[in-house]
Amino acid sequence: MCLAVPGRVISIEGDDPLTRQGRVDFGGVIKSVNLAYVPEVKPEDYILVHVGFAITVLDPREAERVFEYLETLQQ
Amino acid sequence: MKYRDEYRTADAARGYANAIARITTRPWTLMEVCGGQTNAIMRFGIDQLLPKEISLIHGPGCPVCVTPIDYIDKALDIAGTPGVILCTFGDMLRVPGTKSDLAAARAGGADVRVVYSPLEALAVARDHPGNEVVFFAVGFETTAPANAMTVYQADREGLVNFSVLVSQVLVPPAICALLDRPGNRIHGFLAAGHVCTITGYAEYEPIARQHRVPIVVTGFEPLDILEGVYRCIHQLERGESIVENQYSRAVRRPGNQLAQQVMESVFQIVPRHWRGMGEITASGLGVSPAYQTFDAEARFGAVISQDESQGECTSGAVLRGETRPDQCPAFGTRCTPEHPLGVTMVSEEGACAAYYRYRRQVRRPVE
Amino acid sequence: MNEDSEQHCPLSSEGRELVKMAHGGGGRATARLLDSLFRPAFDNPWLERQHDGAVLDMPGAMAFTTDSFVVRPLFFPGSDIGAMAVHGTVNDIAMCGAEPQYLSAGFILEEGLPLATLRRVVDSMAAAARETGVRIVTGDLKVVERGKADGLYINTAGVGRVVANHPIEPGQVRPGDRLLLSGDIGRHGIAVMAAREKLDLQSAIESDCASIAPPVMALLNEGIAIRCLRDLTRGGLASALVEVAETAGLAARIQEADIPVREDISAVCELLGLDPLHVANEGRFMAVVAPEDVDRAIDILRRHSVSEAAVDIGLFLEGSAGLVTAQSVIGGSRVVDMLSGEQLPRIC
Repeated sequence: MCLAVPGRVISIEGDDPLTRQGRVDFGGVIKSVNLAYVPEVKPEDYILVHVGFAITVLDPREAERVFEYLETLQQ
Repeated sequence: MKYRDEYRTADAARGYANAIARITTRPWTLMEVCGGQTNAIMRFGIDQLLPKEISLIHGPGCPVCVTPIDYIDKALDIAGTPGVILCTFGDMLRVPGTKSDLAAARAGGADVRVVYSPLEALAVARDHPGNEVVFFAVGFETTAPANAMTVYQADREGLVNFSVLVSQVLVPPAICALLDRPGNRIHGFLAAGHVCTITGYAEYEPIARQHRVPIVVTGFEPLDILEGVYRCIHQLERGESIVENQYSRAVRRPGNQLAQQVMESVFQIVPRHWRGMGEITASGLGVSPAYQTFDAEARFGAVISQDESQGECTSGAVLRGETRPDQCPAFGTRCTPEHPLGVTMVSEEGACAAYYRYRRQVRRPVE
Repeated sequence: MNEDSEQHCPLSSEGRELVKMAHGGGGRATARLLDSLFRPAFDNPWLERQHDGAVLDMPGAMAFTTDSFVVRPLFFPGSDIGAMAVHGTVNDIAMCGAEPQYLSAGFILEEGLPLATLRRVVDSMAAAARETGVRIVTGDLKVVERGKADGLYINTAGVGRVVANHPIEPGQVRPGDRLLLSGDIGRHGIAVMAAREKLDLQSAIESDCASIAPPVMALLNEGIAIRCLRDLTRGGLASALVEVAETAGLAARIQEADIPVREDISAVCELLGLDPLHVANEGRFMAVVAPEDVDRAIDILRRHSVSEAAVDIGLFLEGSAGLVTAQSVIGGSRVVDMLSGEQLPRIC
């Protein structure tokens, strides 16, 4: 359920919190995404996008954990 | 693509598979709740890397599959009303109602439009002030805030020709319903990561405690799923049952509170009928009284519940995780994606369709 | 968008003129359109004879094929319906192991189509035909009422001289034969979808629409033991492969990691929930060759720009007819199926 794809925020347009849009880069393809639900987002952040809405901002530090955890398992 | 390719590497996948094999001492059955995870498991062959003691069963996590036939019939009814434009996600087009589906209705002349985002449905309403525009809003908690936003904005803009037919469902009540069933054999859950980006996972903590079942909030890439399985087995082997968050790059414990607020103001919690599982208390969302004028049921009449007869189809048992798709006698012979007997074969994300696409061995349908 | 066509337009008013029912009536208006637009663009002795058909002198075996082209929008990044109508049929002839030579072109025009648009399509066909070395030697034109067609539809049929000295078809495929893919997949389908759907995508994705005859002729001329050729159009690599395996009565196995998919194509597929193996191409083909010829065949393919990224992606083997399995990037395996139903963006 719920296809959500990671993309990089290039720029943010609009002041209205409900309709704030971001230009988001998905592997070289750029699409407008509604940023209403991620008020904290800033350019260069990665977000997860579902049906045209950003649903969360990805945490780069936490993103490494799956590899670090595997390392601890292999020691 | 960053945050995708690095979670699909063969070496790390093998590393996790080995770690899982090392700690597994007896048979365990895990359910991945989300159809997206089912799809990833089949598409990448993740289950083939696991020791034979571990069975993965596929949960009811496909909003398309659990949408009751009454709602499809209502959508067909609305689409057939002169002057109506019905907008829906591509997933819903081939789901069979009692007599027809939306693809057939479109072929027959109904104005049925596929949208990628619910905001497109809103744009259609703006562009066609002379038509009634109805958005068929299905989904779990991941999609609910986006669907809620259309109503919120329509209200703000004073759009009078827009309404939503809502068949939204909630995951935690379904997990409880599965655990409460007699003969339940699920030892642990991989919870749906994208749902939890919105809801967080505090709500899962009492479920894990009361039912003594580990719940691991899990992402959708192969390494995410393998780590989710590892964490679940690790708990089971040690007799633990807590909620862990494997998908911490995307999910925080409180979830997305802003999204929750919009969702809670536009929608209210209602009892909901799930295909294959019957009615589950407080498991769905309906339009809240404050936004009643945007409820398509208020404009076009309420959805009428009907008896759900599945004939030969065993999708109810599949949705409850009681049988595997390939154990059904009709699977791949009398039931294929071209001639589906039930929803789990229709939806791209249904467990039967995923099995058919990625796992069957015999091709030729029996005529 | 019509600057080009307006410059060499013989009728000063053509830039604004629309197709009328009379243009398809077979009378003066039809004749004027043929004289001013089609004949000069396609320019060859057969059309100059202005006869009911073309008389061709073709000794030996020949391949014959036809295809119809309906695409919306008519012009999309990297190509258009005109170039597609030529390359599509040229490619089908090449897939029979034949050198494409002559085409026919049938047009169904919608009343109200700007003549400038038609000219642009016809010029694009003429350019594609010149580049491919085929002649458009006969044709037809009909006009239907406004609202009855998406601007225009084109049918082309074509013939070519068979170069292969052995049959090239699925029935020739044997266990152990290797499967070569001529390049990265999914560009055409995604380019058209991005131009059509209200997806609001900005991308550099262009259709791969091109003639694949040159590398095929080179394979044949250099004596590669080709068992079967198939161009990967609608339904994508997956559908073509399953079809060939079914007809051959064999199974096939491919390595997903070896199949080139550009990052932007793969990103759009993820966004819309599509499998790149199901997405349409217009300039890609697969070649099934004897195992001992693989290296040589790849060398030859890589000399041609249209197949410069050719790769070996798998093989055919004994097993259930049509059962195609792919080894995934993490080492599991899955069944590859034909596309079922239409491709729609989905949320889950």
